[in-house]
Amino acid sequence: MNIRKLFSYLAWGIVLLVLQVFFFKNLALFGVGLCFLYLILILHMPVNMPPISLILLSFGLGLVVDIFYDTGGIHAAGTTLIGFIRPLWLRAISPTGGYDEGTEPTLQEMGTGWYLTYILPMTFLFSLLFFTVDQWGTMGLFNILNKSFFSSILTALLAILVQALFFKRRRGIL
Amino acid sequence: MLRILEFLYRLRAFLLFVFLEIIAIWMVVRNNSPQGAAFFNSSMAITGSLLKTQSDLVGFFNLADENQDLASQNAELLEKIAFLTPADSISEEGLDSAFRATYTVQSARIVGQTLRLTQNHLTINKGSNQGVKEGMGIFSNEGVVGRVKAVSKNYSVGISLLNTGLLVSSKIKSSDVFASINWDGANPQEAKMLYVPRHVSASPGDTVVTSGYNAIFPEGILIGTISNVSPADDQNYLDISVRLSADFSKLNHVYLVENTQLSELDSLYQKAEISDEY
Repeated sequence: MNIRKLFSYLAWGIVLLVLQVFFFKNLALFGVGLCFLYLILILHMPVNMPPISLILLSFGLGLVVDIFYDTGGIHAAGTTLIGFIRPLWLRAISPTGGYDEGTEPTLQEMGTGWYLTYILPMTFLFSLLFFTVDQWGTMGLFNILNKSFFSSILTALLAILVQALFFKRRRGIL
Repeated sequence: MLRILEFLYRLRAFLLFVFLEIIAIWMVVRNNSPQGAAFFNSSMAITGSLLKTQSDLVGFFNLADENQDLASQNAELLEKIAFLTPADSISEEGLDSAFRATYTVQSARIVGQTLRLTQNHLTINKGSNQGVKEGMGIFSNEGVVGRVKAVSKNYSVGISLLNTGLLVSSKIKSSDVFASINWDGANPQEAKMLYVPRHVSASPGDTVVTSGYNAIFPEGILIGTISNVSPADDQNYLDISVRLSADFSKLNHVYLVENTQLSELDSLYQKAEISDEY
């Protein structure tokens, strides 16, 4: 990873975090769909990133968002899970021939169909853990599933939208 | 031995994951207990100032509405002053000055808050340097907002009324029936009124105010109006929904109220062996 790449990651990270804690914090679609767009910071890291650094990065990111949400450690718990599961899930859905060295699992690189199978389960898993811990014992299972379902769809949709609007297309998909 | 180490080394990602996950869950538990506040919360200096900048920017566009509100409140207060100013007679003096001095009020601003979780919190732009203490009540001119949970030098974090962990002692104004207000996590405009016995006659439209029993809020601060009354499942109590008067999505200026005799009350309760989880 060269220095220019590092800076672009940093800038992108700051933009997404600012969006998350100042804009998406109190945004809810129909009162049930929350948006966790900052998760794509973790999900778009290069495929061959070592698991240890990915988990540490996820935990740190979650903690930063937690501080602004006053949620203690709910985000950190969710992002750490995502960071741990991601390499396993990537291996499970790897395309024929595997990934190229240093590929980033983004919309532009991988195509819409693959990207959806990649991002939806991950965001759903995160939302499931997030709402389970948040609503511990106060609401029923249906409520948790309902919120997780719509939150993951909203997050995935916004992730696709952001990439389609602000990033150059490389393969002419979408 | 070497093989065990090798085995652990191969599992290192999983072990790190479990370790961090335990830390995160432990922080959540600590944050949700009524006593302990989180190590990291939005009252930290850098977070607080960032949130304040945002609130300043957003607040700029609401200035007209804010001014209107404050002006009407000023008018109300002026009216009250005129009513309270004693006539020039010594017989009016010092009748109950101790009671009047029980509560001190100061103004503050909400600079950040969450609305969409079940454990919502607020960030306030005043801290221990300005005399804010843990346990102070927060209310706006629309109604009760919450209670201060943790304090740093210049910012503090409060538990919002929209937090399933907060109970506020309240009463129905017309009939003086006491109950607790607790949010059930469903609708950010409605809370539940708990422990109202079935024989009480409550009807939609009744005003609900603080009772003054829990020594956080003075008596008579508005909470909301009853929107729905129905018999609860467990036969003993009524299931009452209260439409909250405070609009949490537009909160900006609030008041922090402190009961200056709280420590005296607490030690009295302790002496009388009454445990009171306010």
